[in-house]
Amino acid sequence: MGAIYILWLRELKRYVRSRVQIVVSLGQPCLYLLALGFGLGPVFKQAGHGSYLQFMAPGVVGMTVLFSSVFSGIAMLWDRQFGFLKETLVAPVSRMQIMVGRTLGGATVAVIQGGLILAICLITGFRPHSWLAIPAAFLFVILIAVVFAALGTAIGSVLQDMQGFQLVMNFLVLPIFFLSGALFPLSNLPLAMNIITKLDPLTYGVDGLRGALIQSWQFGAVLDVSVLAIIGALFLSAGAYLFSRIEV
Amino acid sequence: MIRVRNLVKKFGDFTAVSDISFDVAQGEIFAFLGPNGAGKTTTIKMLTTLLHPTGGTIELDGMNPVLKQKEARQRFGIVFQDPSLDVEQTAYENMELHGVLYHVPRKLRIERTERLLKLFELWERKDSYVKTFSGGMKRRLEIARGLLHTPRILFLDEPTLGLDPQSRNQLWNHVKHLNETEKTTVFLTTHYMDEADRVAHRIAIMDHGKIVAQGTSAELKQQTDSDSLEGAFLALTGSSLRDEGANSTDQMRQVAKMWRR
Repeated sequence: MGAIYILWLRELKRYVRSRVQIVVSLGQPCLYLLALGFGLGPVFKQAGHGSYLQFMAPGVVGMTVLFSSVFSGIAMLWDRQFGFLKETLVAPVSRMQIMVGRTLGGATVAVIQGGLILAICLITGFRPHSWLAIPAAFLFVILIAVVFAALGTAIGSVLQDMQGFQLVMNFLVLPIFFLSGALFPLSNLPLAMNIITKLDPLTYGVDGLRGALIQSWQFGAVLDVSVLAIIGALFLSAGAYLFSRIEV
Repeated sequence: MIRVRNLVKKFGDFTAVSDISFDVAQGEIFAFLGPNGAGKTTTIKMLTTLLHPTGGTIELDGMNPVLKQKEARQRFGIVFQDPSLDVEQTAYENMELHGVLYHVPRKLRIERTERLLKLFELWERKDSYVKTFSGGMKRRLEIARGLLHTPRILFLDEPTLGLDPQSRNQLWNHVKHLNETEKTTVFLTTHYMDEADRVAHRIAIMDHGKIVAQGTSAELKQQTDSDSLEGAFLALTGSSLRDEGANSTDQMRQVAKMWRR
């Protein structure tokens, strides 16, 4: 337990101490929120869907959590290249504990990031249907964070260099975001799009967030939570397996 | 303390370590010398459970590290060839993290951290981030950290690489001091002959994955009829250059350096 705690704490310390990075990582979601939220707002309204800001704010929270948690896993690349990973791998604790500590740390950081963006959304004019919706939204934030922190750990365990990082960013993380329904409604999509969006785990996270915050469900809470929990368990096992195979 | 018999490591067709045997006694300082790519680091990795041997047996303090990985890991400390500190944390936090990972009880951890940081002249800087440390300070911190859990064996893989003569000198003084006071067995590799000559009780020279000679410094000189250890080394390993290919780690470091500017 001590090992899990100290590695979790390390991730948190690193986050709190890199203030520049906090600002940078919040900048992108803010840009989406302002540029798209206010830019596409009028079109969205004319189409008869109401306020776009209300619609996309949960999506932007989901995006923030996605990016933050995947990156925390991929940050292992740096630990690997700069040696710290070795220090933990040669310690008399199981790989499982190391993996769990790191992943939970990354997930916790992502939850904090998501919370910050949610606060920014509230400042820019986003209103949940009730304030009691916020705790429910956090359930989904936590689920998204665990799912993608585990995915990040799995990817970080096999990546060897920065080129791989770009690859993951362009062909995995961005598609997961854009195809999740974070930015557009999932109803009346062409068949192919419909199928792809349903295969994207973030779709269920965003649906859960949107449902909890503004009561607009596509799939319903039960399906969202179960899909996320199952995929989370799957990614965690994959991450644990791949992490246990790291050779230094 | 360390007993190695017929140790072999193959990577595909390439034999990195081929059938080596040696013993290191309790409280001894044992040096491994050899040109680049001789198999020194591969040997250390096998001794420290990071690589599985292809063949042969290892005993650390009477224990097989392949079968009893955790127990073996608890018994040794290691300073890797590349740095392995968390530079975004302070010196004290690095020690704390290590202590927790090695199950050192809290009270003992605090006590020993203070003693070791004072010994390695880092106590005044204990709350500074490691990224602000010089190369020599980082090395000292790594050795202090490696000793925190009172290991019976300390592995040092080229610990003085890239250090100035002052830091090297001071580092070896500390290692010798620890070897004398805590009776820690030390297993080290280095490229600097004068260091091995000065600190090591016994030396093994490795080349192309084999041990070509072992004994005290005097024995090696006598054996090759040379007046310095360097002369003995060259006589045993020849004077051709060994080139190693750069791997992804090296490339990555270059990228990281560029980014930091």
